[in-house]
Amino acid sequence: MEWLGMGGHGIYVWSAYGLSLGALAAVGAWPLLALRRARRTAATREGEGSAAP
Amino acid sequence: MEWFRTAFHRMGSPRWFFAGSRAWVGGLYGAGAALIAAGSVWGLVFAPPDRYQGDSFRILYVHVPAAHLAEMVYVAIAVAGLVYLVWRMKMAEMVIAAAAPVGMTLTATALATGMIWGVPTWGTGWVWDARTTSMLVLLFLYFGLMALRQAVGQPERAALAVSVLAIVGVINIPIIKYSVEWFSTLHQPASIRIGETPSIAPSMLWPLAVNALGYWCLVAGIVVAALRARIVEREAGTDWVRQWAAGR
Repeated sequence: MEWLGMGGHGIYVWSAYGLSLGALAAVGAWPLLALRRARRTAATREGEGSAAP
Repeated sequence: MEWFRTAFHRMGSPRWFFAGSRAWVGGLYGAGAALIAAGSVWGLVFAPPDRYQGDSFRILYVHVPAAHLAEMVYVAIAVAGLVYLVWRMKMAEMVIAAAAPVGMTLTATALATGMIWGVPTWGTGWVWDARTTSMLVLLFLYFGLMALRQAVGQPERAALAVSVLAIVGVINIPIIKYSVEWFSTLHQPASIRIGETPSIAPSMLWPLAVNALGYWCLVAGIVVAALRARIVEREAGTDWVRQWAAGR
């Protein structure tokens, strides 16, 4: 528990780590979601194409 | 030389790159996450407290890798800009578009963690010294790269403009690096220099090395993943994308 306090600097250390790891997680997820979205869009296009006479 | 030419032209093919990069994303994300987890735990729990700063110095392990990678991503963007200007390679332009948001996030993180660290260490969250100011300029350069692409209507003109900005802005990278030597700064000088003994204790240095390697892997994976998404968006009308999207 004392370790969590980081010698009185806990708020600085934990906010810095939280922010950093949160930012990494967000920027890491972004392209994976973008690819999924792009794939759905591209698949929809094929669907439209095959419906044409 | 022939090998290099072939590799270079292959890399320039969105379809070839897309096919070859899939395995890399998983590996880089996995290795990066594992290394960052290990380095962070090591730095938070096992590294000894600093003589002067106590435990607040542990912010080092997230601040330094973010700042370092923010600069490296910009260098990659500048190289891509040069490749685009010289060879008009589509992939080069896509690299800039994919990497800019990543670099911007890293720069913002470095600045924010630096500001947080500044409060207990310097007594202030911000100071206009050469290091902090040149990092802020880097953030604006990233904003500029993204905004310029949106602002210029015609895609090829936009790509040219962004490439020029990328190349012109790279002068900021050595300025950032040498700012703590050339100018009198509140930000501390480099503890690690190539060819010299580090001025930081090994027990503190190892977790930094692990985290730095982790950030390299993860950021590389993210840029490759972003490039893949960009390729699919841009090449959506092609047969190979439609076939891929429909299912392997």
